[in-house]
Amino acid sequence: MATSDARRPRPVRTLVLFTVLTVLLPFAGLVTATMVDGAGSDNPGGASLTPALALDLEGGTQIILTPTATDGSAITDESIEQSIDVIRQRIDANGVTEAEITRQGGQNIVVGIPGDPDQATVDLVSQPAQMRFRPVLAYEMGTPAPDVDPSADPSGEPAEEPPAERGTPADASDLAWITPEVQEQFDALDCTDEANLRGGGGGGDDPAKPLVACTQDGSLKYVLGPVEVDGSSISSASSGLMPGPNGTVTNEWGVFLELDSQGAEQFAQTSQRLFGFGQGDVRNQFAIVLDGLVVSAPGITTPITDGRAQISGSFTAESAATLANQLSFGALPLQFEVQSQETISATLGSEQLRTGLIAGLIGLLLVVVYSLFQYRTLGLLTVASLVVAGAITYVAIALLSYAMDYRLSLPGVAGLIVAIGFTADSFIVYFERIRDELRNGRSLRSAVERGWLRARRTIYAAKAVNLISAVILYYLAVGGVQGFAFTLGLTTIIDVMVVVWFTHPVMVLLTKVPFFRDGHRLSGFNRERLTISGTRARYAGAGRVAMSATIAEEAAAEAATGAPPSGSAPGGSATPSRGPLPAAATDASGGRLTIAERRAAERRATERRAAERRAAETEEGR
Amino acid sequence: MAGLSFAAWGNDLYTGRRSYPIVAQRRRWFALFGALALASILVLATQGLSLGIDFRGGTEIAVENVSTTQQAPAIDAVRGVVGGEEPRVATVGSSALRIQTQTLTDEQTAEVVTRLAEAYGIDAETDVFVSTVGPTWGQGVSTRALWGTVAFVLAAAAFMAIYFRAWRMSLAAIVSMLADLLISAGVYALIGWEVTPSTIIGFLTILGFSLYDKMVVFDKVRENIDGVLDQAHTTYAERANLAVNQTLVRSINTSVVALLPVGGILFVGALLLGAGTLRDLSLSLFVGIAVGAASSLFLATPLDVSLREREPRIKAHTASVLAERAGAVTTGEDVAMAMTDRSGAQLVPGRHQGVGAQPRARKR
Repeated sequence: MATSDARRPRPVRTLVLFTVLTVLLPFAGLVTATMVDGAGSDNPGGASLTPALALDLEGGTQIILTPTATDGSAITDESIEQSIDVIRQRIDANGVTEAEITRQGGQNIVVGIPGDPDQATVDLVSQPAQMRFRPVLAYEMGTPAPDVDPSADPSGEPAEEPPAERGTPADASDLAWITPEVQEQFDALDCTDEANLRGGGGGGDDPAKPLVACTQDGSLKYVLGPVEVDGSSISSASSGLMPGPNGTVTNEWGVFLELDSQGAEQFAQTSQRLFGFGQGDVRNQFAIVLDGLVVSAPGITTPITDGRAQISGSFTAESAATLANQLSFGALPLQFEVQSQETISATLGSEQLRTGLIAGLIGLLLVVVYSLFQYRTLGLLTVASLVVAGAITYVAIALLSYAMDYRLSLPGVAGLIVAIGFTADSFIVYFERIRDELRNGRSLRSAVERGWLRARRTIYAAKAVNLISAVILYYLAVGGVQGFAFTLGLTTIIDVMVVVWFTHPVMVLLTKVPFFRDGHRLSGFNRERLTISGTRARYAGAGRVAMSATIAEEAAAEAATGAPPSGSAPGGSATPSRGPLPAAATDASGGRLTIAERRAAERRATERRAAERRAAETEEGR
Repeated sequence: MAGLSFAAWGNDLYTGRRSYPIVAQRRRWFALFGALALASILVLATQGLSLGIDFRGGTEIAVENVSTTQQAPAIDAVRGVVGGEEPRVATVGSSALRIQTQTLTDEQTAEVVTRLAEAYGIDAETDVFVSTVGPTWGQGVSTRALWGTVAFVLAAAAFMAIYFRAWRMSLAAIVSMLADLLISAGVYALIGWEVTPSTIIGFLTILGFSLYDKMVVFDKVRENIDGVLDQAHTTYAERANLAVNQTLVRSINTSVVALLPVGGILFVGALLLGAGTLRDLSLSLFVGIAVGAASSLFLATPLDVSLREREPRIKAHTASVLAERAGAVTTGEDVAMAMTDRSGAQLVPGRHQGVGAQPRARKR
């Protein structure tokens, strides 16, 4: 037993580490999460010991969105379809919730979301998130200017400046955009009125014309020039804490934008021009307009040429994340109004889930019976491994439904049941390789060692294919297929972990148990069952030759009759035809025969066969 | 003792003492799978797959102000008009029901509305609303799922080609996988159940399982054909056939273990629950796993042999082995040796090839 191998396997240590790291630790984490941030009616996104269920099993909320006609955009089939696509991408980016998005009637969009969504989620699906960058021409306090004399307002200074040059404005920052009508509109705008703070994106504002808009909190109102950079130029958006000066991180949440090359170029030109106005000038500011409301209007301190922009404002971590998500997938082409938001029951009864689980359990029980039949006591290792894999999967899903909003749908449950097959296959491949090595006459310990090396390669390669499919489908597909890919990837990873860190170490430990080592009849490693019938003997070391009585008898019987124990497959060039069987190496009492005795036995057998053949021929001849 | 004989069978398969000429009789298997695939195409062409409401949209009927939100009356009302239809009923809020069915004609709709009003004791004029509902699984979802699948199959093919260092092997696996998918779809069309998103998920699972199983079987082939060109006793086809035989026990065990739970769900789903996600899913899975496991042995490996025997090196090797074998037999020299060589593709302990394994002295 003394192996001086430096890479000596330490099965006990592996097992303990594995149990702690993948079973106990996640479970402890889950329990802690439940204590700290437990799920309840007031906290639907909290942690729970049971996995969250998807729309089909648990029901959820049905939000009906109605497009509101705004000028400048027509409600067409195309724009509705486009909206559905955008909404789906936004929801999918938020986690693996498997929302259900349909069109109802001519124009309505019905969004089914599992559980009880918070306001951020409702905003996510219903807000157009049309982001545009416009230069600031003028701004003022958010109250309507007194009709008598707008010049009395000190902050409105640039606005009351009579535009020097009338006619066609030269660029977007040209004050000539402020026509008397625009001025009038601006003066009349009351940003304290809620109605003016609802925004009107989705094409509500004409990008080629100046815009009069409030800030999101209604404190200021702006006159803005035509759109310089459109939201469609945003290639990616993310949220995070805003960096402060000197590379520090401030406490303020913001959204980081990256523009595509065209957008970056436009942005560079614009910021160059605005920078030219000098700091302190009103027109040095650049307004970021979201759905017709000004999010922020930072001054340009240096021209921005790399196409990266940051938006700060009164964001919370959540609202920043929502905005980043909305911007990433582009704006909805339409403005939607939440027509109704109601709870909806599960489309599949709880009966389906229960029956499905019972059926799965029955199937699992049959699997247990089958593996016990096939592998005897060793089948218990399969069962134990499956149980461990099941426990890890359960905890992982419960944790993921907390962290990623993963929801288990009925196809997901079925996927998990199918995963039993995938997982069990790893063990079967492993056991069969060990048996192959035993058939080669190895001891159990070296058979396990060699069998593992060969099985491991097969398992890794085959699981790699599964993992590739899971990753690709997860990133390319949407909705239910994405959920499926997620389940597949999860179970594949857990499966490999269990085989490497549980099944194999336990197997190494089992080789030390006499019951298995000596190949007890019920151990699944029975020599008699695995020794190749037809081979004479296995060299057992120290001058002894091991030969089981059963095999000896069988071989003797075969030698005597000259017939194979059961029909060999018929011809074909690849069919190996069997050579004459060697005679038994032992006599009836199991003692070894001398060479002379064996030769005599062989001769007798041949003669008997010849006699039988003659007899058969005469039989036929009759 | 069935267990013992099964194990003994496994032993014999392993040593090659007993061998099923799967590769040698590959034409038979090609013909069988070809016929099944053709039949599937025929069924798909004539019968077609009936797409469910998730793909085509349908009619949605909202019933409001009901006193009871029990779903059974709604299901009965729809079934009374359209037999065999499985409406999807959900409770909305506290006093309304949402009923989705396949697209109904105006007469059918009117009839259903009347029955619903009767069943729930409400006014058909004011409390029942009919509208159309679009597909949840629209064109966009299908397109993305399709592209995802194509990308993943290509990636898997590339992975296999690199792992086995043989693009022909990868091609054989992909072709067999497509055959599996075709046959599964054919069986599904034959039974005539509606295609739901669950079915699609089922088919994707089949795709994954099929590739996985082929990977396992091919890995055994790879192990066996390792160094096949450096010896002169066995051909590529014989080694591959040995691999198929050696992996037979594993394939049977795996398929049984994978099929038992799915079979359980199918049985319960089809017999007790009627139509629904479980039934659709488990049927596609059951057929797919069975066909997928079988095709790894009977289609993929023979196909691989057929393809790879076109490789010049393997072609030359096979020819030389066969020629030598024929020569050895005709000269009557080492006949017994040639026989044992062939059966001994897998080295058997306690037996050696004697002087026959030594380099042969050149004859003058």
